[in-house]
Order: sequence, then C-alpha cells, then structure tokens
Amino acid sequence: MKNDMVLRVVCKLLIPFILLFALYVQFHGDFGPGGGFQAGTIVAAAIVFYAIIYGLNSARRALPDRIVEAMIAAGVLLYLGVGFAGLYFGGNFLDYFVLDADPVAGQHRGIFWIELGVAITVCGVLLKIFYLFARRGPDQE
Amino acid sequence: MMVAAVALTRTRNLFAVIVLFGLYSLLTATVMVALDAVDVAMTEAAVGAGVSTVLLLGALHLCRSVEEKPAHKPWLPLLVTIGTGLVLVYGTWDLPAFSDPEAPIHTHVAPRYLEDGPRETGIPNVVTAVLASYRAFDTLGETTVVFTAGIGVIALLRRRRYVREGKR
Amino acid sequence: MSFLSHYDYAVMLFLAMTGLFIVIARGNLIKKLVGLAILQTSVYLLYLAPGKIVGGTAPIIDPAFTVYSNPLPHVLILTAIVVGVATLALGLALAVRIREEYGTIEEDEILHSDEAPANDESQR
Repeated sequence: MKNDMVLRVVCKLLIPFILLFALYVQFHGDFGPGGGFQAGTIVAAAIVFYAIIYGLNSARRALPDRIVEAMIAAGVLLYLGVGFAGLYFGGNFLDYFVLDADPVAGQHRGIFWIELGVAITVCGVLLKIFYLFARRGPDQE
Repeated sequence: MMVAAVALTRTRNLFAVIVLFGLYSLLTATVMVALDAVDVAMTEAAVGAGVSTVLLLGALHLCRSVEEKPAHKPWLPLLVTIGTGLVLVYGTWDLPAFSDPEAPIHTHVAPRYLEDGPRETGIPNVVTAVLASYRAFDTLGETTVVFTAGIGVIALLRRRRYVREGKR
Repeated sequence: MSFLSHYDYAVMLFLAMTGLFIVIARGNLIKKLVGLAILQTSVYLLYLAPGKIVGGTAPIIDPAFTVYSNPLPHVLILTAIVVGVATLALGLALAVRIREEYGTIEEDEILHSDEAPANDESQR
C-alpha cells in the first residue's frame, strides 16, 4: 500500500492530527468525555494506521518492540507509584489529598498521573498485540 | 442493531462477519450517546469499532477460513436461547421503568457523587472523578487486567512455530 | 401494559440472546468470539439504560444544567469495555495457536482430532 500516493499523503497528513487529538482527549478528560483509556486507544490506532500503510517494519522502526514492551509495564508502575506516593506522604494508599498542600490540587495531580499511567499501558498493550498478530505469517500448510 | 446481530448469525463468510461486527459496535456507540453516556460511547467507538475489528482481522488473516455449514439444525440451542430470553424478560418485568427518576439507582449514592464530586476533586467530569479518584482502586485492577492480557498474548504468540520436531 | 416502559430491556435481551445463540450453536472459534463480544456489548447497554434520565444530560457538571444522568453505570461499563477487549485479544491469540496446532478452527474437527487415537499427538 505504500505505493499508492493518495494513501501515503493522507496518512502523513492525518497522523499528527490523530496524535494531537489523543493528547487532547487525555488531558481534557477532566472537563469533557475522555481520559486515559480513550487516549491510549487512539494513539494505538494511529500507529496501527501507520503500520497498515507503510508496513509493519517501518512502524517497528518508529516504535521498537523494546519500547512498546517497556510501555506496558511502565504504565502500571506509574499507577502503583502514585499509590505508594500517597503512602509515603502520610495518607492511605492511592490517597490524593496528601499529595499537595491544597487537597484539591493534590487531587488534580494524582488524577493526572494515573490517567497518564493508564494511557501508557493501554497503548502499549494494544500495540504489542497488533505487532504480534501482524508479524506472524499465516500457516503455510 | 438487531438486524445486524441476526445477519451476523447467519453469515458464514468470516470477513463479512467482522465488518458487521464493526457496524454493530458503531451502532452501539451511537445508542450510548443517546443514553447520555458520552465517555462510554467514546471508549466503545475507539475500542469496539476500532481495535477489536483490527484484532479480529489480524486473527482472520492468520486463520484464514470460512465457517463450515453446521451439521444439524440448531433446534436445541434455539430453544435454550429463547427459553433463557423469556425467563430473563420475565425477570426484568419488575425492574424500574425506563428513565424513572425514583429508581433506587438514582437515590442512593449517585446524588452524593454528583454534588460533592466537583467540589472535592475539582473536576467537572464526574465519570472521570469517580473512576480516577473515588474508585481508583478498581481502575488499578483494570489496568492490571489489561497488562495481564498483554502478557498473556505475548506468552502465547511470542515465537513463530518452528519445524514440528524442533522447538517446543 | 408495562411492556412499553420496559421495552428497552426486551431489545437488549434479544441482542444478548443472539450473542448467546452464536456462542452455543456455531462451531467456528472466531465466530464464537464475535458472538461473545455481542453478548458483552448488549450487557453494557443493559446496564446503561437504567441510568438515563430523559431530559437530563451527560454527567459533566455545568452551571447550565440541573438534571444529570447517573454516572455510576458509566464508570462500571468503562472498565467492562476495556476488560472485554483484553479478553477478546487473549481469545483470539488462543484461536490462532489452535489453528496452528490443529490446522482448523472448527470446533467439531478439533474435538474429532482430540478423540482420534493418540498417535497423532505423540508426534507433535
């Protein structure tokens, strides 16, 4: 498909906007619909789109396997880190009120980091599954 | 949606089945918007009509088959399904009517979240506030489930199967 | 008759039963997984419907609105959707592996080759 001019151009035009939209959905999840899961899925969809048009190897050069696998774990660790930070600062596990001098600002901080953690894990998992499915050739027999 | 679901049952070409499933997911997302569930609709559209369809197509590419004709008429499953459906409809008879403001679901905990949520957390989107703050532990569990699914798929599909008597 | 006020449950149960029928009555593994996904989606709708209040709006607090739909089912179903796709991915990975080991993804053929004499298995 990378020989088709229209598809290539449209793909290159659209992907930055898709990624920007994913960032918007991630950070504006507080004020409108959105949040971590949706943003992670949209980023994964953008990269899948790129992989479909330009080939799996180009996508794997852009986002190597090691990084994707690291992303899967990093998101969960980030989430747990916020939880333990609550413990460290004197509150309960996953307590956001103690993360900052002002409890409401602490809530904002806590929610920001865990949504980021969720988005990273979801994106990593969906991408890794796509890579695994796409890399495996069909049976020859 | 009912038409799509029934068509999906009767179709044997698996590619058509997957396309119909994508259509069904999109219609579900639209119905969810009509039910005022905007967060859920966005997730269903992204996940159901997007990622699920891609994964199904990937699996179809690897499996490459058309469904076989069923060997015998499915009278027993049809009977079981219709029977279960009737029993369940009878069960839902006593549930609150559609959009009843006096239903218990609206009078117990929800008003507290709707009123105190933005004040305590500073976030207008109550769904995100509940998901990320009040019920953050559940979201941790869910993220762990996604993580485990990823690990499971990696474990299953990691290596290309080599020659039969080779790697095991 | 209270059917008119409960029609939403009937529609969603019809969809759920269609999904259930596909799971029980069809032998192809991928189609079974799609049927399972239909069952899951209809259950999401079944949960979301009681939360809706006609005349209300999405549960995003805004000074212009006073009546909101219930946010709690939304939270539950959001988690359920993500878990559903995780299960679907695992199921598909299993189907792919079964295809590679047995050469088919039709349930009867798989059962048949399992019940066949064990000399097939010992050569793998």
